[in-house]
Amino acid sequence: MLSVRGLHAGYGEAQVLHGVSLEITRGAVHALLGRNGMGKSTLVRAMMGLSTPRITAGDVMLGETRLNGMAPHRIARAGVALVPQGRRLFASLTVGEHLTILKPASARHGWTVARVFEAFPRLAQRKSHRGNQLSGGERQMLAVGRALMADPSFILMDEPSEGLAPVMVQALEGVVALLRDEGLGVLLVEQNLYSALAVADRVSVLEGGQIVHSAPIAESPAETLTRFLGVH
Amino acid sequence: MLGFQLLNGLTFAALLFVVASGFTLVFGLLRIVNLAHGALYLLGGYVAYEVGGRSGSFAAGVVAAMVAVALAGLALDRGLLRFVKGQDLRQVLLTVGVGLVLNDLFLVIWGGDAFTVPTPEALQGAAVVMGVFYPKYRLFVLLAGVAIFVLLWLVMNRTRYGALIRAGVDDAEMLSATGVDQGRLFVITFMLGSALAGLGGAMGGAFLSLYPGADAEILVFSLAVVIIGGRGSLEGAAIGALLIGLLNTFGQVWFPELSYFVVFGPMALLLAFRPYGLFGRAA
Ligand SMILES: Nc1ncnc2c1ncn2[C@@H]1O[C@H](COP(=O)(O)OP(=O)(O)O)[C@@H](O)[C@H]1O
Ligand SMILES: [Mg+2]
Repeated sequence: MLSVRGLHAGYGEAQVLHGVSLEITRGAVHALLGRNGMGKSTLVRAMMGLSTPRITAGDVMLGETRLNGMAPHRIARAGVALVPQGRRLFASLTVGEHLTILKPASARHGWTVARVFEAFPRLAQRKSHRGNQLSGGERQMLAVGRALMADPSFILMDEPSEGLAPVMVQALEGVVALLRDEGLGVLLVEQNLYSALAVADRVSVLEGGQIVHSAPIAESPAETLTRFLGVH
Repeated sequence: MLGFQLLNGLTFAALLFVVASGFTLVFGLLRIVNLAHGALYLLGGYVAYEVGGRSGSFAAGVVAAMVAVALAGLALDRGLLRFVKGQDLRQVLLTVGVGLVLNDLFLVIWGGDAFTVPTPEALQGAAVVMGVFYPKYRLFVLLAGVAIFVLLWLVMNRTRYGALIRAGVDDAEMLSATGVDQGRLFVITFMLGSALAGLGGAMGGAFLSLYPGADAEILVFSLAVVIIGGRGSLEGAAIGALLIGLLNTFGQVWFPELSYFVVFGPMALLLAFRPYGLFGRAA
C-alpha cells in the first residue's frame, strides 16, 4: 500500500496542499480528479521526492517505509514510478535508449525491453527514433515504458490523456487496465473525467489543496463529480 | 600563406575542441560552469612537461597529465563543489577561487618562465601539406583532435554511459525520477572533463607555451566555444572550436587590432538569434 497521510506541501511561502490523505492499493486504479491548479501535480511531485515542492508536514508511506526525505532515485527503486505531466521524454535519446538507461538491454528480470515492446508493439517499430519523431500516443507509451523499467509496484500517472486524440485516450485506458492487471497500484491523475471513470476503482477529488471527495467508483456518480469539477 | 594560416586555424581549433569538450560535458550534465578549467589545463601542461621531460616519453607525459588532472578534478568535486551543490553563483565563485589558488601554486613551483612540453623526435620538424611546409607536431594535434572527437562521439552515442549523460543534460530531474543514481555519473563525468583539460594542456603545452596566465586565455576561448556550440553538446563544441579557431587565426592576420572583436563579435551575433547556442536547448 502506498499512502499519503496529512500531507502539507508548497513552494516557499505558497502552501498548495493542506493536509492531503490518500491510499493506493496494488492491483487497483485510484483516480485523482481536480481542476487546473488545484495541486494534483504538486501532490505527485511531492510523492516522488522531487526537489520542489517542499513537504512541510505529513508523510508518504510505502508499506512501512517512509518515502519523504528520500532522493527520487531511491523512491523509484523502492517501487514508485512516475509518468510525469507532459511526458518529459529525453529529447536526445532514442526509444531504445529510454528503456535501457536504468538497466542494460541484457537484463532478464522484471520488466525488460522485450516485454515493453510486447506491451507496446508500436514502440518496437520505432526503436531507433527519437522522442520528437513520435506521435503523441507513442510518446505517452514510451513514458509509461520508461517508468516500468524500474519494476515499480506503484505508478503515478499525471494527466496521461492530456493532448491525446480520443482514439489514443481509449488506448490509454487499455494500458492503465493492463498495468492494474499486472498487479500495479495506479494513481491516475486526470482532468478528463470520463477517461478516468472508465478504469478507476476509486475516485478522489482535489480542490484547493484538499481532498473534498473520496469514494469507490460505485459511490461516485458522474453528476457528483461534475459538480466538483465545475463541468457543465 | 593562406594554406599555412588555414592549418594554424585548424590545429588551434583541434586543441580548443579537446579543452572545450571537457568544459561542456561538465557544464551540460552537472550545470557547473567550471572556471578552474583553464587552471586544470595548465596543470596538465606542467605535469606533462615534468613527466615527459624526466621520462623522455611524450606519451607518458600525456597519460600522467590526464591522470593527475582527473584526480585534481575529483578532489575539486568531492572536496569543495559538493558543499555548494545546486547553488550556481557559489559554485562559479568557488571555481574562480580554485583557479586563482592553482595559479599561485604554479607560480611558486614553476616560476614565471615559459615552458614547452618536449615532443618526441618523430613529431619534430616539418612536413609538406597542401603545398606548405608545416610543423609535424601541429599536424599531429589536428589528427589527435579529430580522433578524440570520434572517440567521444562513440562514447556519447553508442554506449549506455553516453546515453545517461545525454539524458542528464536533457532533464536531470526526470533521470533521477527514473531511478538513476546520478551521484556516480556526476563524479565520473567531472573526472572525464578534467582529464580532457589535462590532455589539452599536454597537447597545447608543446606548441603554445606554458606560463602563468596561459590558463585565462584558453578558458576564455573555451567559454566562447561552449556558448556558441550549446551547453553539453559535443557536436556544438566541435563546430564552435572550428569557428573560433579559424576566426582567431584569420582575425589576427587580417585585422590584428580587432582580433578579439573578430572572435567575439560573431559569437554575440549568433547569440542574438540562437540564445542557447547552435546545438543547445533550454534547460
Ligand atoms: N514550481 C512552482 N513554484 C511556485 N508555484 C507553483 C509551482 N508549481 C505549481 N505552482 C502553483 O501551485 C498550484 C498547484 O499547481 P499544480 O500542482 O501544478 O496544479 P494541477 O496539477 O492540479 O494543475 C498552482 O497555483 C500553481 O501556480
Ligand atoms: Mg498538473
